Amino acid sequence: MGKKLSYILTFIVMFLFWILLSAWQLYPDTPGKFDVIHISQGIAAAALTTYLSRRVIFDLSKKWYVKFLRAIPYVAWELWQIVLANLDVAYRALHPKMPLDPVVVEFETPLRSDLALTFMANSITLTPGTITIMVEPEKGKFVVHAIDRKLAKPLVVDQTMQKKLAYVFMEGQHDSSA
Amino acid sequence: MEALHIISAIFMFAGCFFMITGAIGIIRFPDFYTRLHAAGKCDTLGEVLIILGFMIYQGLSFLTIKLFFLSFFILLANPVGTHALIKAAYVTGVKMWRREENG
Repeated sequence: MGKKLSYILTFIVMFLFWILLSAWQLYPDTPGKFDVIHISQGIAAAALTTYLSRRVIFDLSKKWYVKFLRAIPYVAWELWQIVLANLDVAYRALHPKMPLDPVVVEFETPLRSDLALTFMANSITLTPGTITIMVEPEKGKFVVHAIDRKLAKPLVVDQTMQKKLAYVFMEGQHDSSA
Repeated sequence: MEALHIISAIFMFAGCFFMITGAIGIIRFPDFYTRLHAAGKCDTLGEVLIILGFMIYQGLSFLTIKLFFLSFFILLANPVGTHALIKAAYVTGVKMWRREENG
């Protein structure tokens, strides 16, 4: 049942996206031609895209709406972190002495699902001074390059991001030593 | 000059500032990994700020929605590209610059 719903949702999103990109004229800002030929072309394109990307989007697992609601404040926090990251890199690039102290750190997280690990890896790359090098999904292990020893601290010691993501994806129960 | 034009110009200038500092960082930083920090991070915010400036300049229209999707895809794709590059360098063993060895 969930699978069928996910197919339908994917198709609707693809069709709306097709309307946005193809069926609306650029100037003047009015709707384009909505006759049978154009719409059927759009439906065919959306159906093909749905078939090709059927496993990619709309993973309707248990309590997906709770995860979605919890992800909103996380994304807002992440956007602020992007601004801080850029100010940090700009400061280091423009400083006459270039205060760099690069280091590679490894740590394990309680996250296991693909989506949570993807969020984590992308978030690490976007937050100040750290880039994900490798991920081991079985242990939730991350290898991270940090531009400064101090900036690796929030990930390894405080573990702010892991805790936030474990809360968003409800994956705190895993025993990291097992 | 409308107020909206000034606001959009401020966003575009901020984006250009981050792009330029990213370029300076790519030239000045000592090794491949630190250069990727400059390339990966400054491009993300620089491009998104410039597109935000375009969106404010354009006002509410279908162009704005397309631009919004553009910035969304940049935010998703940029870290993935950075990650692919740094993993390739790490696996093939590009040497890392360290503070202790070089003062």
